[in-house]
Amino acid sequence: MTTTMTMAKALNAGLRAAMEADPKVLMMGEDVGKLGGVFRITDGLQKDFGEDRVIDTPLAESAILGTAVGLAMRGYRPVCEIQFDGFVYPAYDQIVSQVAKIHFRSRGRMPMPIVIRIPFGGGIGAVEHHSESPEAQFAHTAGLKVVACSHPTDAYWMIQQAIAADDPVVFLEPKRQYHGEKAEVDTEATPPPLFTSRTVREGSDLTLLAYGPTVRLCRDAALAASEEGRSLEVIDLRTLSPLDLEPVFASVRRTGHAVVVHEAARSLGMGSEIAARIQQECFYALEAPVLRVAGFDTPYPPSRIEEEYLPDLDRVLDAVDRSLAY
Amino acid sequence: MSTLPNETLVEMQRRMLRIRRFDERASKMVKRGQIPGTVHTSIGQEAQVVGATMALGDDDYMSGNHRSHGHPIGKGSPLGPLMAELVGKATGVCGGKGGSLHLADFNVGSLGESGIVGSSIPIATGAALSSKVLDNGRVALAFFGDGAANQGCLYESMNMAGVWDLPVIYLCENNQYALSTPAHTVTSGVIAERAAGFGMPGVRVEDGQDVLKVYEAVSAAVENARSGGGPTLVEVITYRYNEHSEGLRLGTDYRDALERESWVGRDPILSFRKHLVDSGVATEDEMDQLEIDVLAEVEEAFEFSQESPFPEPEVAFLDLYTDNPIGAHA
Ligand SMILES: Cc1ncc(C[n+]2csc(CCOP(=O)(O)OP(=O)(O)O)c2C)c(N)n1
Ligand SMILES: [Mg+2]
Repeated sequence: MTTTMTMAKALNAGLRAAMEADPKVLMMGEDVGKLGGVFRITDGLQKDFGEDRVIDTPLAESAILGTAVGLAMRGYRPVCEIQFDGFVYPAYDQIVSQVAKIHFRSRGRMPMPIVIRIPFGGGIGAVEHHSESPEAQFAHTAGLKVVACSHPTDAYWMIQQAIAADDPVVFLEPKRQYHGEKAEVDTEATPPPLFTSRTVREGSDLTLLAYGPTVRLCRDAALAASEEGRSLEVIDLRTLSPLDLEPVFASVRRTGHAVVVHEAARSLGMGSEIAARIQQECFYALEAPVLRVAGFDTPYPPSRIEEEYLPDLDRVLDAVDRSLAY
Repeated sequence: MSTLPNETLVEMQRRMLRIRRFDERASKMVKRGQIPGTVHTSIGQEAQVVGATMALGDDDYMSGNHRSHGHPIGKGSPLGPLMAELVGKATGVCGGKGGSLHLADFNVGSLGESGIVGSSIPIATGAALSSKVLDNGRVALAFFGDGAANQGCLYESMNMAGVWDLPVIYLCENNQYALSTPAHTVTSGVIAERAAGFGMPGVRVEDGQDVLKVYEAVSAAVENARSGGGPTLVEVITYRYNEHSEGLRLGTDYRDALERESWVGRDPILSFRKHLVDSGVATEDEMDQLEIDVLAEVEEAFEFSQESPFPEPEVAFLDLYTDNPIGAHA
């Protein structure tokens, strides 16, 4: 059955399906119950599944995550909503010191099937902590898995797969796309496995790598480049930890050029790791250094100038030109 | 509080009016796209804000949160640079880099505002520690909401302040909701009573719409702190009239319209005006003139915000480090 959905609706439907499939799935967070979340991602779930399964918590991120750890130890699958990216830091201690390490530390006796949903990225005219991209901090933490959806169909399936996964998953949702582009979501299809990247456009001249909010941008860039006779391949990384780079290496061996695009600051961002691995695996195939188009190494700027901070069509196409002219 | 000079009483009304009109204007500006993003107004909470800020001296410190337009206004900041900051102009109190969520006027003792709920409470505590070490008699006051009252760092801070006898006031602006969440559904016990656990006085101002009641309670806490008596937790019961933030549409399910109406019916500004007139502090004409003056001030601040230039985009790179203004990696 196919239904037309925004990303917000797709996530909501995915969460609903996960709650129906497994009575051990719980939602918790600030304003997630009665209100259905500030972005309405958990809309209607408390009404249908009750207050014991969709829990309005106090404003206390550290305790929200810590409580989720205790629930996970007792067999539950908590899905914690962090209201905006920058509000995850009070919970950072629990995520890094407990969530990420307990399975390892307990010699596998204590799985941590927790999903931490984080609306991330900019473009909504908000400041700092409402627009950040903290993915590298979590991908850098061994013991956490990190994924980002970029499309309603992926959002629908990936959230269910993340909840079904037995490891903790930081689930990043590009908030600016919540109520944007709609898609036909086939709720009976067989989705690709969660921890895989996916080629969203084929091409032969250069490989563009993106995730979350920049996938759309790279698709647009590939379209624009095609008008200039350039054939760009676009890969949606989808999973940031573990990385699924075999398809990336195969692509770069064909194209010889790669550009990584993300909103997070450039230095020590995901692009740094990806560039390092590409040069290690595809050294002789590369015809240019791997380039990064990213946010700048500053705090997220005032919203008046966020358009200058965020990677845009111009900066992506400029990097494409530089790579191909190398 | 009959001992307060008439000018002080009128000044209280002036500052409450400034907050109301400033925030009404800001709300309009958000809706017209003149302010990027959103703002959180203090409309309805003016008595609580002014009662607290006017109990502080010019040299005292304060820290705020996301709902902090009122705090600098209450402490006497001129409106122009505040309005310009909301718009993101170079003439704003933070040069356009702070915006509504970080509307910190460092000229009036602000220690900064934080959009991270709870995050600025320990900072006020640190300023109070400096006052104690320097023995300079300067008091620090941390503003935070009923929602923030459930963040752990409040209690980490209160413990330090209690054990070190710091001159700090924890001022909980209990407007009874954290976004859509009613305080009573997520708060165990009474916030003011939590003070007892740290061996400090806890005061609850039940009528936070009465500026004099708030002023009285906070003044006592300030005097106590200044004279070496240590910290106090003051909880003020109040109400925000507007939505959690401007332009946000949460629906009406979480707060019923009658509840709001009953609070609007005991408006802090209208009732204080009546009090001033009835007690002979001011005439109706003087009060009308005050309204006109404040409207003009807000209008002037608006003009200033519109005429001022935007900062150059390069400013985004400045001030990251002391020794390398452009940053380490750029
Ligand atoms: C750490 C953190 N978590 C969540 C938020 C989102 N948020 C902003 S204001 C708010 C409610 C705050 O309530 P309260 O402290 O009572 O202040 P009020 O808005 O009522 O003045 C929430 C949940 C945030 N800014 N920071
Ligand atoms: Mg509140």
